[in-house]
Amino acid sequence: MTEKTMVKGNEAMAEAAIRAGCRLYFGYPITPQSEFTEYMAKRLPEVGGSFLQSESEVSAVNMIYGAACTGRRVLTSTSGPGFSLMQEGMSYIAGAELPSVFVNVVRGGPGLGDIQPAQSDYFQATKGGGHGDYHAVVLGPGTIQEAVELISDAFDIADRYRTPVIVLADGMLGQMMEPVIFGKYRDPDSLPDHSEWSLTGAGKREPHKVTSFNIDPYELEKMNMRYQAKYKEIIKNETRYETIRTEDADYLLVGFGTMGRILGSVIRQAREQGIKVGLFRPITLWPFPYDQLKKSAKGKKYVLDVEMSTGQMVEDVRLAVGDSLPVHFYGRTGGVVPNPEEVLQALRKHTEEAE
Amino acid sequence: MKEHVLVASGFGGQGIMLLGQILATAAMVEDKYSTWLPSYGPEMRGGTANCTVVISEEPIGSPVTDSPRQVIAMNIPSLIKFEKVIQQEGLLVLNSSVIDRDPERDDVEIVRVEANEIAEKLGNTRVANMVILGAFLAKTGAVSEESISKALEMKFGSKKDSLAELNMKAIRAGAESVRK
Repeated sequence: MTEKTMVKGNEAMAEAAIRAGCRLYFGYPITPQSEFTEYMAKRLPEVGGSFLQSESEVSAVNMIYGAACTGRRVLTSTSGPGFSLMQEGMSYIAGAELPSVFVNVVRGGPGLGDIQPAQSDYFQATKGGGHGDYHAVVLGPGTIQEAVELISDAFDIADRYRTPVIVLADGMLGQMMEPVIFGKYRDPDSLPDHSEWSLTGAGKREPHKVTSFNIDPYELEKMNMRYQAKYKEIIKNETRYETIRTEDADYLLVGFGTMGRILGSVIRQAREQGIKVGLFRPITLWPFPYDQLKKSAKGKKYVLDVEMSTGQMVEDVRLAVGDSLPVHFYGRTGGVVPNPEEVLQALRKHTEEAE
Repeated sequence: MKEHVLVASGFGGQGIMLLGQILATAAMVEDKYSTWLPSYGPEMRGGTANCTVVISEEPIGSPVTDSPRQVIAMNIPSLIKFEKVIQQEGLLVLNSSVIDRDPERDDVEIVRVEANEIAEKLGNTRVANMVILGAFLAKTGAVSEESISKALEMKFGSKKDSLAELNMKAIRAGAESVRK
């Protein structure tokens, strides 16, 4: 089907997961992602899948852990408070090297926070919200169309590297509607074969073991080095970003997800006012496109990083750019979404200072 | 570039969300870019529900706005909340069946629609939302009547006696009331 349909972000992502061959969902409703859970409850039984609403996110993540051991595609969706509860399980899943997809439709935090859009779970997602030396791949969609495509890619990346993948959305992307073209349905039986390691009932074959545990430190170190080798491959192969009008730009804006898309209109308006600015939008937040950003920033007068937080990704931006040019930050938090006009104001201020 | 940035607002139950969805879907039918964003924060009973619709020829950066070009107000709390943020020379369409006071702004175009009465004459007050959408469309030409009809069919099905037909009638009646 290549027809456009008007869909809510949460429902679009859920449908995308089903089309990617996901037939297993475990989760617990939380605003602003509840339509995701609701959609799965309705749709999964229709396609022969299993939906289960757990008693809490702690049990949901452990159901994901168990289901992922079978090598089948499995997904959960949640928002900040629920995602925090899942972090112990995330760490176990990363250690056990299990393909699985987590969608965090981020809301204002910390604590109970509120239910409005935010990007303040960036640290938690990209720097490992759980314990130990692990990474999850983190994808940051800017539009519903991109979210639909990234959900599908998330499963492929999870399968290819045996790793958990996080799709870091936000309340705006979850709640809004815009036209979407869905991909084709993929047959769950045509998906990558995990029979080499998955737990499917040993029968007459040698039993498989899936674990994140080894009591011998030398052996555990070896396991860790295996993870690290895998992360190196992911950094090499999967780093993604988008640039808009960076070549002739004097200044560089950086933003991801919903903020990245809003910066798209800021660029148009700024250029109408004679401010030559470009946009660098990381799509993978881990691996972060350090080298690519460094290249894009070269020769610019400053970088302005904009986030729906008090400044989290800006630390990665500084790591990328180093001392070569000033890195400024503008952000709103607590569920407030910066509008283009206030970003333009920040741009004008820094431009005056730079000239 | 012609861009429509509308905030539609009213009591919960007045069909504000549907109004916005139909408009955004009709824009999609015309291969335009469109976004629909609901307010989903905590509201008291009898308070306002609102949504923002952006329609553009170019990819839409921000689906959210602090200063809409157009506002549809279905009740007094909506008028109070959004009248002050409309862009200069913008448009304010209000439901004069419910709003019994005059707006304070004199630098925006004001269109009054007896949405409830017109809907009642059609046999169902619940289509007051479509009446006011019809008035909005007659004023702005944001999307064609044909695209709205298609959007209604996508929502309600295309059967002869379906809700699509009643809603379409309401849209035409609303448009007519403005042209008069």
